[in-house]
Amino acid sequence: MSNDERGLGFMLVVVLGGLIFGFGLALSNMARPEVVLDFLQFEDFGLVFVMGGAAVVTGTVFALAERSKGRAPLTGADYGRRLKSFDKNVVVGGVVFGAGWGLSGICPGAAYASVGVGNYPILIAIGGMFVGAYLQGLWRARRAESAARGTSAD
Amino acid sequence: MTGLTPLLVDSLFPNGIAHYALGGFLIGLGTAIIYLGTGIIAGASTFLESTLSYASDLPRFNKAKYVASRNWRVVFTLSIVAGAALYTVTLGDGWWVSDVQPWRFAVGGVLVGIGTRIGKGCTSGHGVCGVGSRSRTSFVNVATFMLVAIGVAQLMSALGVSP
Repeated sequence: MSNDERGLGFMLVVVLGGLIFGFGLALSNMARPEVVLDFLQFEDFGLVFVMGGAAVVTGTVFALAERSKGRAPLTGADYGRRLKSFDKNVVVGGVVFGAGWGLSGICPGAAYASVGVGNYPILIAIGGMFVGAYLQGLWRARRAESAARGTSAD
Repeated sequence: MTGLTPLLVDSLFPNGIAHYALGGFLIGLGTAIIYLGTGIIAGASTFLESTLSYASDLPRFNKAKYVASRNWRVVFTLSIVAGAALYTVTLGDGWWVSDVQPWRFAVGGVLVGIGTRIGKGCTSGHGVCGVGSRSRTSFVNVATFMLVAIGVAQLMSALGVSP
């Protein structure tokens, strides 16, 4: 399989989902870093309802879809749970991500939405995210390389 | 008793609750629509890695799952931008620009980029989708980033960095 896509219907669903997702991020004001920082500084707890509200909807829909034992119409994928495995990286990544989120008040999805509300300085943060993702990939590649060398030397 | 509850609500939620809850509902709905149609749980941060595969030859960014999803992830991200713009020109109160200092965006952005990739997800992937899936991995990730983010934001505030 070289591509997830299954024609026009697939892209239309992605566009519709993305539009609603972005509309919600703007409506909830999560696209505004100041609002996120107010939450983290305990000045306005409204963000609990944003993340909680979203998780209640996905939780309900995921659970019902799973119980239906059906398949997604556009890809034929089954509605099983897709759980990420746990290792220490989940905690390490959470610490680094949390430091960045607490410093900037912005996370990836909200950053894209922030562009849509006209907040052009957020492009600095998105640029930073690409740099960070690239550095992490580079570092991981280097480590894999030296590990491979170490093994072959044995 | 009738006086105490509104007072508490006012101090915890000085800007009300309705737009937060409705916005959250729509964020979940957007994710749910993509899941029901395609079976894909769409987090926002994988876009960073999958998009790097257009520009970099590093095998890390050219894993089959990134190359297979990079086109629709670009479409997903542009749709998020468009959805937010749609809100701004319809129900919103006009274009808006943040006053947060640019260095916080620069340094914070790099840390967010590194952290989401090490931790396999972000606020949407772990926070919305993972918690929605009752994933223990995601609960741990969310609890970790939430505590650290609160600590860092409060520290910045205590140091007088504002906004």
